[in-house]
Formats: sequence, C-alpha cells, structure tokens
Amino acid sequence: MSTAAMTLSNAQVQRTPQHTAVIYAKEAKYEFLKNLRLRMYTASVLSFPIMFYVLFGLVLNSKEAIGSTRVPAYLIATYGTFGVMGASLFGTAAGLASDRGLGWLQVKRASPMPPFAYFSAKVITSMVFSAIIVMALFTLGITLGGVRMPVADFARLLGTLVAGSLPFSAMGLALGYFTGPNSAPATINLIYLPMSFCSGLWVPFMFLPKVVKQIALALPPYHLSQLALGIVGAGSHESKATHWEVLAAFTMICLGVARIGFQRDQEKMYG
Amino acid sequence: MIATLERAERVPQANSEMVVASLERVNKNYGTIRALVGVDFQVRAGEVVALLGPNGAGKTTAVKLLLGLLQPNSGKARVFGGDPTNPENRMRTGAMLQVGRVPETLRVREHIDLFSSYYDKPMAPAQVLATAGLEKLSDRKFGDLSGGQKQRVLFALAICGDPDLLFLDEPTVGLDVEARRMLWEEIRQLVSRGKTVLLTTHYLQEADALADRIAVINKGEIIAEGTPATIKAQTSGKKIRCITSLNISALRQIPGVVEVVEDREAVEIHTGLAEPVVRELLARDASLSSLEVTSAGLEEAFLALTQDSARNGNHSN
Repeated sequence: MSTAAMTLSNAQVQRTPQHTAVIYAKEAKYEFLKNLRLRMYTASVLSFPIMFYVLFGLVLNSKEAIGSTRVPAYLIATYGTFGVMGASLFGTAAGLASDRGLGWLQVKRASPMPPFAYFSAKVITSMVFSAIIVMALFTLGITLGGVRMPVADFARLLGTLVAGSLPFSAMGLALGYFTGPNSAPATINLIYLPMSFCSGLWVPFMFLPKVVKQIALALPPYHLSQLALGIVGAGSHESKATHWEVLAAFTMICLGVARIGFQRDQEKMYG
Repeated sequence: MIATLERAERVPQANSEMVVASLERVNKNYGTIRALVGVDFQVRAGEVVALLGPNGAGKTTAVKLLLGLLQPNSGKARVFGGDPTNPENRMRTGAMLQVGRVPETLRVREHIDLFSSYYDKPMAPAQVLATAGLEKLSDRKFGDLSGGQKQRVLFALAICGDPDLLFLDEPTVGLDVEARRMLWEEIRQLVSRGKTVLLTTHYLQEADALADRIAVINKGEIIAEGTPATIKAQTSGKKIRCITSLNISALRQIPGVVEVVEDREAVEIHTGLAEPVVRELLARDASLSSLEVTSAGLEEAFLALTQDSARNGNHSN
C-alpha cells in the first residue's frame, strides 16, 4: 500500500476566507434544494412525524395526559425526536451511499472542492429539515392542541432538537460509508424503526416493558427524547449532562467510523 | 474521409519538453486483479492523447490514478510535477468521469454554479453553457435531460474551471452519432485554445478523430504508442471486399492473403498488397462482384495488436 499522504488535504489550497465561505454556503444551499425537490425524501421525512402527531396527539388522546404532561405537548418531544432522527439519517446516509456507489462523489473529489464542504452541507441540510419538522409540530400543537409554554421553552426545545440532529447525521455518515446505494434505505429503516420504538418515541417510555427500558438507556434517541421531554415537563429525573454526554460520545464514535470509511474509500474500485 | 481532413488541418501544438501528467512504472492491483502492469505513460502540454483499449483494459484506472482518486501499489503518478492529490493541481484540472447517477433535481445552471465556485478563475457561466452547447437547457433539471444532454453537462462541469489539463473518460459512450459528433466538435474547440486533453475510449474512430497521439492499452499494459497514422501502419495495409463463389480455405491459399473474414454474403480479405490478390481473384472467379479495395483502418490495427498481445501472453519488453 502506498505511503503517499492520505490526508484531508483541505487547508493547502490558497483561497481567501470569503471564497471558502462562498463554497460552503453554495454546497449547503444546493444540497438543501436538491433534497427539498426530491419528493420521496421530503414527503416521507416531513409527513411521517406530522401525520403521527396529528393522529395520536390531536385527533385521538388530545385531552389525555401522560404523567403530569398533556399528550399534545408530550408528543411534540417524542415525535420531534423521531422526525429529527429520520431527517438526519435519511438525509446523510442515503445520499452518501448513493453518491459513493454511483460515482458522483468521485467527480466531486476529483474537483478542487474541499472535502469537508460536502459533509458540512449534508449536516446543515439535516439541521434545516429538522428545524422545519419541529416548527411544524409547534404550529400544530399550539393552534390545534392547546399547547402553552413560555416562548423561551419553545426556543430551548427547538435548539435541543436541532442540536440533536448532529449525532444522527454522524450516524448517517458512518452508515453511508458502509452500505451500498440500493441497500441503504432498507438498512437505515432496519436500524431507525426499532431504535425509535425501543426509545419510547411511539409508545411512551413509561409504558414500555422493563426489558426494553433497559435497552433504551443505550440508545441515542432515548437520550435526546429525554432532553426534549424535560423541557415540556415530562422528563425522568436523570441529569441532563448525562444525556448530552451520551449523545456526544455517540457522535464521536460515529465520526470515527465515518473517517475509517473515508480513508478506505480511497482504495476502493468503482464499476 | 471528412474526419481525416479536419484533423490534418489542425497543427498540433504539442510542446514535447513539458510533461504535464505521467505514470512512471505504475502497478495497480485490486486484490488479485492486476489492473495496470508496469505502465509508463506521459501526457505533454498542448496535445490530445487517447488511451485506447477494450473494456477492462485499465483506462479508467489510469485516469483515476492521475486524478488522485486511487494510489498506485508501486511507481508514481505525477500531475504538473506533483502528487495528484495536491489540491493545487486539482485547480488546474477538470475531469469527466463515467457516473451512474448525478443529482437529478438540480438544474443545469445550478450544477455549473456549484462546480465553478470550487475554482479560483472559473469560466463565465455563459461561456461554459455555450461551449457545452447547453444555452437552451440551463434551467432544465438534470433528470429531465436526454442522455446526450446529460453527457454535455458532465462535460461542462469538467471545463467550467477553465482547466489546463482535461481528463475525459469515455466521453461519448452510449451517445448516438449526432450527439457524439457534437461533443467531438466541442472538444476540438477547447483544444484549439491550447488545452491539454487525456481522453480514454474504446471507440477507434474517436481516437482517430481527436487524438494527436494514441496509446493502445490492453489487459493493463501499453502495447503500442504513436500517431494514428503510425498505429494504422502497424497492420496489414489493405482490405478487399467482394462477393465470390470461392470458398474461404481457397481464398486463404492465395499468396499474400493474411486473413479472410466472412461478412454476411461477402468476404473481407486482408492483405499487404492488394493488386496481386485482386488479379488472382478475378482470374479464378469470373462471377465475382461488389469489389471494393480500402485501406485497413484503425480497427484492424487495434484488433491485430490486441490479439497479438493476448497470444504472446503479455510479455512486453
């Protein structure tokens, strides 16, 4: 194996900071537009959490409460987590697997594009879609579900959920490096759906069997949803720091795996 | 032939001193598959070089090594005197690769806008569209384009940075005749502005039409190199086509005949010197008809070279 430098040779090109910023901005803008116009992506990523919320939080159960929290408020936190996770996973993993497997990423790598711009564009796009989902849930909850909270709490909830898209974007990058373009959506679903269920994103956590509750402690969506639930007044009394630490550690591990995939890709034969 | 005339008029501007890209004693393996074996190859400033070979010969591997997308197992790949992975080199190169899927929901002008932003001195968007013949399609989404139009967009992305060195990997594969000729014309316009082009293809006519120099590659080794004329000269000179009642084994007996191939109702006879063979044919078969005598083209040279190298088991000096 050649010992030629396999570094992320990003910083060596002489560009003005403005020029670099323009590249990052355009990469993010077009990544967002590309996904937005993909009806498959937009429809499934936006509509599932919203549909579930409307059905389970507004049409049914809207007068009920879980513990001391009313259902429409509770479900914003859990379906918000579900939606953020889906938007981030599908936005990054499926796109990356497809770009890699079908040769598009190679065209971009052969160009002077800074490699990091590609990844940051995917992460930013996931965050924007996450914000859109959360805002949609807020709107529905406030107008149709009677959800009332201080504005600061809404802001904190939005910030928490959008920040929570990062671990799942990292997970998506790791997955995208190790799946093929055709199997990626199925693989993502195989992980996404059971993980969501076991974390209490569909059936509220307190109603899950004890065994499943134990598993949940290891699952990132559980921790994110607990942070979100804490803001709507329904969290368990674990420390917030623990949840953030788990999410941060998970992000680091996924980024490490993604980096291994990145290095490995330099040697792979395409078509 | 029109193609030959057009080529003869253009004076090659090759500066034989300056090597802009090279593979030096490169070996590249994928597991047990030896994709490139001891390849020495140079691209000089101002020339159009065609790497010509059948599928699986190693052409795309060579291009990917020069683009820094792959690392050689041994030997060196050099572009502008440096490592191909150096991003400064990528500022001066453009690449048109074979891609399975390009983002379909972005418009043509959006694709060009994004790629142009990577370069420090890109071509003006209007000029990119004009050079690639895409003026009327700039607002169209990529997924709504025809095959030929999609190839022209990939071409536009390769040239939008106004690069000095252009890599075109099978640029016209899958295109119909008209689309192919349009792309050739666009490539010729670029070359007349002094760009250097490395083109890979398995279309002999394409190498003949565009290249100053052809390197024939088969099974990972370069088996011949030279101008199109030189390569064509390396094989038996003439082709005689006719409808005859003589059978193939009888034809093969005629002195001077190198090979006989059936072509539906006619036969093709390959020979160094046509006249003695024609005399013999006319003498033996009074009912012979549809007689044509042509020069053996690049196709015959190519087939002869690749069959020879396969027969010799790839032992190049």
